Amino acid sequence: MGFWDVFGIWLASALTIGIISFLYRDNIFYKACEAIFIGTSAGYWFIILYWDNLYRKFWTQATDPTNPEWYVPWFGFVLGVLILTRLFNKIGWLSRWPLAFIVGAVAGLYMMIYFVSNAMVQVSSTIMPVFTGSWVDIIANTTVVLGTFCGLVYFFFSKAHTGVFGGAARVGIWFLMITFGASFGYTVMSRMSLMIGRIDFLFGTWLGMIR
Amino acid sequence: MRARELIVSGLIILFFLACYFFSPKPMEFSRSTSVLIIFLLAAAFVYVFIRTFRGRFIGRRVVFIFVGVALVLPFFMKFPLPLQISPEVQSVYDALEKLPPHSKILASFDYDPPSAPELQPMAVAFMKYAFEHDLKIIIMGLWPQGPQQADQAIQAAFIENPDLKQKTKYGVDYVNLGFQSGYEFVILQMGQSFKSMFPADLYNTPYDSIPLLKNVSNFSNVDFSMNFSAGKPGTAEWVQIAVDRFQLPLAAGNTAVQAPMIYPYLKKGSKGKKQLIGLLGGMAGGAEFEKLTKKPAKATTYLLSQSFAHVAVVIFIIIGNVAFFREKKGKK
Amino acid sequence: MRRELPLAIAFIAGVIFFIAYFIPHPPFNRFENWFSDWFAIVAAFAIWLGALNLMKISFIKVIRKKSDWLHALLIIISFVIIVVIGFYEGYRGLHANPPFSFRDPGTAFDWLYVNVYSTLSATMFALLAFFVASASYRAFRARNLEATLLLLAAFFVMLGRVPIGDVITGWLPRAYQMSQWASWIMNVLNTAGQRAIMIGIALGLVSTSLRIILGLERSYIGGD
Repeated sequence: MGFWDVFGIWLASALTIGIISFLYRDNIFYKACEAIFIGTSAGYWFIILYWDNLYRKFWTQATDPTNPEWYVPWFGFVLGVLILTRLFNKIGWLSRWPLAFIVGAVAGLYMMIYFVSNAMVQVSSTIMPVFTGSWVDIIANTTVVLGTFCGLVYFFFSKAHTGVFGGAARVGIWFLMITFGASFGYTVMSRMSLMIGRIDFLFGTWLGMIR
Repeated sequence: MRARELIVSGLIILFFLACYFFSPKPMEFSRSTSVLIIFLLAAAFVYVFIRTFRGRFIGRRVVFIFVGVALVLPFFMKFPLPLQISPEVQSVYDALEKLPPHSKILASFDYDPPSAPELQPMAVAFMKYAFEHDLKIIIMGLWPQGPQQADQAIQAAFIENPDLKQKTKYGVDYVNLGFQSGYEFVILQMGQSFKSMFPADLYNTPYDSIPLLKNVSNFSNVDFSMNFSAGKPGTAEWVQIAVDRFQLPLAAGNTAVQAPMIYPYLKKGSKGKKQLIGLLGGMAGGAEFEKLTKKPAKATTYLLSQSFAHVAVVIFIIIGNVAFFREKKGKK
Repeated sequence: MRRELPLAIAFIAGVIFFIAYFIPHPPFNRFENWFSDWFAIVAAFAIWLGALNLMKISFIKVIRKKSDWLHALLIIISFVIIVVIGFYEGYRGLHANPPFSFRDPGTAFDWLYVNVYSTLSATMFALLAFFVASASYRAFRARNLEATLLLLAAFFVMLGRVPIGDVITGWLPRAYQMSQWASWIMNVLNTAGQRAIMIGIALGLVSTSLRIILGLERSYIGGD
């Protein structure tokens, strides 16, 4: 390992310990690491977007003499420059145009893809032959259908949750609570995994104590 | 800075320097030492339970120390753990097994360094499997850090199996197209033409000059797709556009935070087809995939630490609730 | 015009994507391709806007010596270092023979990515592990039936998804071990709840998207 590799590992370890020191209390080491993180993060995105998007995608297409639609990316470039006017108070209103384009494009796309994939396909998956397969499959299918239906009943707030309707909504809440519990369990798993990665770096890569 | 903060900082630095200079490398606890540590931890939890039961909650820093110990010490223990394969992980492996050699796989790396402990091990396992079975990989990313994480996964695969480095050639066996901003609009455009979104690869080699991408113009020319995702844009967007609109066969590896939200895509629809072929969920999913590919690596090593951490959290929740019920009973 | 033109732009963009879904033929697919291209470029500039805005705010803090100006100075220095190195390595790689990427292992940019950016971002999020445990100890209470269901589901999933669950329930038949319970919760109960949430969100999103396209929702334009 060369000098820069070793120096890099020590620097990374110092930064890691600086961030972890926040667990004791907020301190200047943590604040310094946080500032470095913010600046480096902004700079990283700045560079990646320049080389990958602006140079590799926009510039190569816009200046390619064999590209018959070379003029098309220039419209996007103009919209992009307009969005930067937001930095200046006097001409900041010009940024509404590219913003409106983004919002409109996303609204148009999402309207269809969410309706198809997250509504229609999910509804058609729920309307399934329940009494097929083994008794385990029958119970599972019935539970999925019942749970989806009752969960949707709970989200229907135009009618008071009373009587049979209220009973179904209550069952829906139970299913939703189980869903949130499962999400919480997976969230704990995810957060612990993040820390495990850092411990592997500190005690493995830096200190060499882990095989 | 106050004196106490300086002392604590000094002690932490001394601890790590002592570990660096004086600890055995690598360090491994014997079976009896591991069992003793577990008993000591259990005794500490009993002490916390008694204290909490008496209405004296322990401070948050003590909880942090318990969690830290539960995460760190298992790294030095060796306990064989049973690992069952879940059906959604088995589906991913079965789908890959069915691919003939020279099949083209589109691998989308949609995650950043914070998610690497969960996703990097499964990415490395996937790369090793793909190169060993002569599958061709087209790498891209909807997150800017994705292509770099892909590169690291490839380098790690080469380090673990040096023969793969001799066997594989950039541009012929794999290519890295890099990142494009545009979120789901990138996927939408790729459905028509990969070249329009990626006119060149990471090294600015024009799309048409890359041998692997000859005859690859859009999703219909790709045999399979694998998505490693930590959030948005990610698996959900790939399902919504690439699968439901362009019928791309897709499997995914997700962080554990996102995995529960992806389960509805695993169910068969009215046409008998699943939106998502299979799912590797979190570190556990990565470990199961490593077991299936018969190459246990990082994810499998991390599982013992993960297990201890989960037990610690469960015990803390139980202790807190016992104290709560006792207090409730006392008030009645 | 300051308000009408943005509404017209949003309408046209939204309608093109909507129609192109049903009619993927010229001219709609062509417009869809153009708009997707423009979106990618505008999205890049939007993120640049964030970075430049951060620099603007930090510069103002440093020049006016506001509180935390040292913090802001450190942000500026870190930003400038990685940007200069990124441009230098990118230019060098472009004109090298053979060309290399500024992200390749061995470049200064990759060194900063691995040892500074990756490290800091990973550790920031890793802190959450401790706070999750502390919050669970202090606040996670089974106050009623719903909270108890949430707790029990969390227990089964947390213990079932790691091998320790099967070690604890190893004496039971295979079909009744903890990992099987966790799998059943995820594939059946969780799927049902997530599906209901998904459908609800999709319907809400469709109505909001329609409102935006038709110009009924104008909050994104801001005030005059």
